[in-house]
Amino acid sequence: MAKYTISVNGQQHTVEADPDTPLLWVVRDYIGLTGTKYGCGMSQCGACTVHLNDQPIRSCVTPISSIRKTAKITTIEGLSANTDHAVQQAWISEQVPQCGYCQSGIVMSAAALLRQKPAPTDADIDLALSGHLCRCGTYPRIRKAVHKAAKMMNDK
Amino acid sequence: MSTYIATRREFLKIMSHAGAVLAIGIGPAGSLLAGPRKLSLADGDAAETELNTFILITPDNKITIFNPRPEMGQGTWQSMPALIAEELGVTFDQIDIRITSGDRRYGTQSVGGSGSVRFSWLPLRKVGAAAREMLIKAAAKRWNAAEADCYTEKAKVMHRPSGKSFSFGELVADAAALEVPKEPKLKDPKDFTIIGKAIPRPDVPSKVNGKAVFGLDVKVPGMLYATIQRCPVIHGKVVRFNEAEVAAMPGVKAVFKTERKMPHKAVDAVAVVATTYWAALKARQVLQIEWDNAGYENISTEQYFAECRAKAAQDGNSYPDVVGDVKSGFARAAKVLDAQYETPFTAHAPIEPMCATVAVSGNKAEVWAPVQGTTDTIHEVSEYLGIPRENVTMHNVFMGGSFGRKGYLDFVLEAAAVSKNVQAPVKLIWTREDDLGNGPYRPGMLNVVKGGLDAAGNLIAWEHKIIGASIKHQVFKEDTSKVADDWASETIDQATSPYVIPNRRQAFNLNDTPIPIVWWRSVYSSTNAFAQESFVDEMAHAAGKDPMDFRLEMLKNEPRWTTLLQFLAEKSDYRAQRRAGKAVGIAIAHSFGSTAAYAVTVSKKDMGVVIEKIVGVIDCGQYVNPDTVKAQTEGNAVMALSAALKPAITFAGGEAQESNFHQFNLLRLDETPPIEIHIIENRENPGGVGEPGFPPLTPALCNAIFLATGKRVRKLPFDLGNPG
Repeated sequence: MAKYTISVNGQQHTVEADPDTPLLWVVRDYIGLTGTKYGCGMSQCGACTVHLNDQPIRSCVTPISSIRKTAKITTIEGLSANTDHAVQQAWISEQVPQCGYCQSGIVMSAAALLRQKPAPTDADIDLALSGHLCRCGTYPRIRKAVHKAAKMMNDK
Repeated sequence: MSTYIATRREFLKIMSHAGAVLAIGIGPAGSLLAGPRKLSLADGDAAETELNTFILITPDNKITIFNPRPEMGQGTWQSMPALIAEELGVTFDQIDIRITSGDRRYGTQSVGGSGSVRFSWLPLRKVGAAAREMLIKAAAKRWNAAEADCYTEKAKVMHRPSGKSFSFGELVADAAALEVPKEPKLKDPKDFTIIGKAIPRPDVPSKVNGKAVFGLDVKVPGMLYATIQRCPVIHGKVVRFNEAEVAAMPGVKAVFKTERKMPHKAVDAVAVVATTYWAALKARQVLQIEWDNAGYENISTEQYFAECRAKAAQDGNSYPDVVGDVKSGFARAAKVLDAQYETPFTAHAPIEPMCATVAVSGNKAEVWAPVQGTTDTIHEVSEYLGIPRENVTMHNVFMGGSFGRKGYLDFVLEAAAVSKNVQAPVKLIWTREDDLGNGPYRPGMLNVVKGGLDAAGNLIAWEHKIIGASIKHQVFKEDTSKVADDWASETIDQATSPYVIPNRRQAFNLNDTPIPIVWWRSVYSSTNAFAQESFVDEMAHAAGKDPMDFRLEMLKNEPRWTTLLQFLAEKSDYRAQRRAGKAVGIAIAHSFGSTAAYAVTVSKKDMGVVIEKIVGVIDCGQYVNPDTVKAQTEGNAVMALSAALKPAITFAGGEAQESNFHQFNLLRLDETPPIEIHIIENRENPGGVGEPGFPPLTPALCNAIFLATGKRVRKLPFDLGNPG
């Protein structure tokens, strides 16, 4: 066990954990942010996606010991203050989620995509989001919602 | 508006703080809310005559509607309150929604069989209408006005002539003292402002900001975490394990032999309980168990399907709806075709794996779990622990997907056993490997079909035999070896497949398996329709007829089917596309009270095809939310593509060969073609929505593939790049 100080959603947290503890379980069980989900534990489904310095990563395969003290971690809870990120608004507008379990991770990846590519093509969306699994089958709505979010951001 | 999940304690707190409340119910609820096909594991819901409490109105006009149907993505968080709110006269932004906690006065509190809207359609509307009538009566009395001059709107009773109004809260004390009307007048559907409208689902915001509480997210004071190692060879027994070594691992609180209690069988397992989930998982990695696999190490799906094929020539047990005489029909036929269609075992694989939090203390238990049946869970936990039903407190939470899986409560009972052992609250989480390796699964099936055409190309004889495992037989221990399993015939029996064929027979032939099985989205319809609708297509081609026309000829007496197919033809531009040489495959199937059909357009590419577009049409009668109907049907199309094109679950040497999503891969966004769903508008009784969109997709795709490539797909899964 060792002590780690990490910054999550702008707040410093010090946790005592095994070096190999995945960031996923640190944010969920130690810090209490349960919006980030477990789905496979091997980077296959994307339910655990968070941002590390604005880049999407799979927290289920990211050991706590690999996170620098200066790194900025953002989880779904920290994406916006009032559920008003364009991606969240577009997701609500298109009624994307069904069970909703995988959506935190997909929303995080979509937000990262739009930060890099404000007007993504379908191919960009494929590339950015095909690492995610949604068993309810919301993919057609996800694609529409990403385009809508891009438009909302560009219209601002 | 909140999408908060009430606990029973909190419910009582609301009740005690509320002052006067209006508690409206229905009765006898058990009979009104029960569906014809019970998908729960136990009958925990005997007919009840007490009033149920679905609506709470406080004097300060806070309105709470209780949703009796657990939410797994199918939209009950919107559809159930909508039924009550429509009749009551409130809008969604005026209500809090809470899930019921298993109190028997609410009647059946389970979901399955695409039944929520179908079976709550009248009972929950009556709940809302009864409350409306009581509030109006109370207001009319105060105004000394005629009830007929009053109506409700936005949580107020309005007096039409004077424009005066009372909020519901102002009337609740008076209204609560009135008798509950037994047969309240329901609204005319033309006056609906909520039912039938695409009203946003109130749970959606909480599902894009991380606030929704799923089973995985439950946290209770003093909670420990558990992981369980079950035998990789299904049903193996524990001989010994390195208890001391595992117990010495950091954070570990206990290591002990436990069991996985399935409905038909309890099997050995070893539990590891620790202060964090990661500590439990790490300790499990050093766990070494010696298993006794005698009798189980030869279980394989290859052998299972060989046994099914060996029974292909047998008659099997006929379903009662035999028409004419198939033997003489085939004897008279000018052309006879036969074929075998094989569908694999497969896993539900909801992205939230099985998980449950249970606190057993003495002869009491408290359960927090994402399950399809709240009342079923209370019943099973009380039976399993041997404690009175009243001693089990249940908190249902959002399911992170289910597809039938979370109506099988082995994981809740496992958590109960572990909590009982350590006498502390325990959260058990299955890993993905636990999920894919242990099932239960959709049973693999072999469909044997035979058809006979007369010289004019009319289908005059038809036989459809399904061979495989029976859920009723394994899960419910009913003997289906001598009689046809009446759960297994949907989409192929006369009641659900009204093709007029003068000689027709359907049969079931049991091939039992030790592999755990259970219902999976659309159950046997998911496999039956593939065989039937593919083979109808084979017969159409053999008759030299267009597959759409061939079907329409046999559906002349079925106006709803005919309308649906013609609507599909129009929406998919079927005729024009076909004339232009495009490969458009169609299929239609009825399941869970609704009929759905697809037209799938493919184009040839190298050895196989690419899917260009999917157009679907569903006739589900009256619906609550058209956007939910579309969402469910889109989801069904995607799940069907996954089941057709992505890996199945296979067993060899008694072990599942697929352990995680790298092997049991699912369809992904880049592989999903454009999908367009249309709804038939009518005033028929509500049908199901969660499953009927699944069965016809795969045969429609395979029928398109045949047109494009000449290859007939008769075994799932297959490769789009090289089918057949």
